[in-house]
Amino acid sequence: MTTNDASHPPSAESVAAKADGTVRVKRGLAEMLKGGVIMDVVNPEQAKIAEDAGAVAVMALERVPADIRVDGGVARMSDPEMIEGIKDVTTIPVMAKARIGHFVEAQILQALGVDYVDESEVLSPADEAHHIDKFAFTVPFVCGATNLGEALRRISEGACMIRSKGEAGTGNVIEAVRHLRSIIGDIRKITQADEAELFDWAKQLQAPLPLIQEIAKTGTLPVPLFCAGGLATPADAALAMQLGAESVFVGSGIFKSADPAPRAKAMVEATTNYRDPEILAKVSSGLGTPMTGIGMDDIDVRLAERGW
Amino acid sequence: MITVGVLALQGAFARHLAILKGCGIGACEVRTVDELARCDALIMPGGESTTMSKLLESFGLFSPIADRLAGGMPTFGTCAGMILLASNVADGRADQRSFEAIDIDVRRNGYGRQIDSFEADLHVPSLADDRFTAVFIRAPLVERVGEKVEVLAHHGDAPVLCRQGNVLVSSFHPELTADDRLHRLFLQTLVGSS
Repeated sequence: MTTNDASHPPSAESVAAKADGTVRVKRGLAEMLKGGVIMDVVNPEQAKIAEDAGAVAVMALERVPADIRVDGGVARMSDPEMIEGIKDVTTIPVMAKARIGHFVEAQILQALGVDYVDESEVLSPADEAHHIDKFAFTVPFVCGATNLGEALRRISEGACMIRSKGEAGTGNVIEAVRHLRSIIGDIRKITQADEAELFDWAKQLQAPLPLIQEIAKTGTLPVPLFCAGGLATPADAALAMQLGAESVFVGSGIFKSADPAPRAKAMVEATTNYRDPEILAKVSSGLGTPMTGIGMDDIDVRLAERGW
Repeated sequence: MITVGVLALQGAFARHLAILKGCGIGACEVRTVDELARCDALIMPGGESTTMSKLLESFGLFSPIADRLAGGMPTFGTCAGMILLASNVADGRADQRSFEAIDIDVRRNGYGRQIDSFEADLHVPSLADDRFTAVFIRAPLVERVGEKVEVLAHHGDAPVLCRQGNVLVSSFHPELTADDRLHRLFLQTLVGSS
């Protein structure tokens, strides 16, 4: 009865009367988050500010990327007690990060009942060759990507949402733009390719041919494409949306700014009205100082290079 | 020519627009009062009801939509849209307003979190082929229906598809399947378009 359109065969329960964790159910939540802002929060107070501002979901983590960058050391999954604290105060979906390849952190996050797991390059990778087998989970996963090949490899492992990586914790939008343009630009080119050229695209991108053929037909990624990494202003959020992102993640950009609550609300309003410059001008006014931000030449670690 | 608007503040509005276009109906996104004025009917999509309810206030849409609902505008709400149209909402935010356009009580996320989300086959007698595969995502649970409300489908004991006058609501997401029969039912029965 269910249409299991992933590469894995239908599981035993998906043919029963009630099916949990199907691809449609897992990708479906990403559909519901479209046109919204997902905000990084490190405590229940910030989670309330995010929900009050109209965030569609929060990402619970111990340190925002800007602080991870400063502190150095190994960044791991957050303390379950901290995640529970955030789940208790919000009614919107709660996401949490696991290290790349750390499937046990992901098992723990699923047991905690988080709504989405982010297999994230912002944390220190746990495996230098393998990402998590995301089909093995009921909870859906989002993964980062810098280009279309990386996005399709994550989708072939079961990711139900892709976010362009950008460069987290910098407050600098340039890498987010680079990655979005790369992913969407290649999608546009593939829709113009003939059948024979699709084989070469699969080879060049190191991505499964059936996914390339699907993109040639539909002109879109098979899962929602969101944008992350360096967005600090309402204009940054609208830029990502106009370039083709379907939602935005804002990490350090809100709670590292001078006055987080109005900025959070402005980011939400800008994401809804991303094509309306008059509304963008209005919501951008009087927000105080954004996070300072750093140039790409001044950073030691490129988080976006993590993941394979 | 009838135009059906889809509330496009946030959520799965693009899916609804694609289905409406597939039905050969004029459809447009609604973010402003002017866009609302051009519509004969409205769909409120799935998404986050708290976010939508805030944006309805910020952009001055709440009162104009309430006026249109009072005037009998045919409206279809799915999931978050059902929450926005319900007369009472449990487990919502204290400041969350709803249009009270259909006499039902709903509990937000009443089926649980995402890991409890599911799909199931429903029996919908109003449809010619009465089986409909429904996708429930952090769905609202209908806990009470008023006397004037017609229940068109159940899942277990819970009503999941309800109608009162010109308002149709579902706790699941017909926009997530390729099956357009509920949209056609809305268009034919409530909007009066063939």
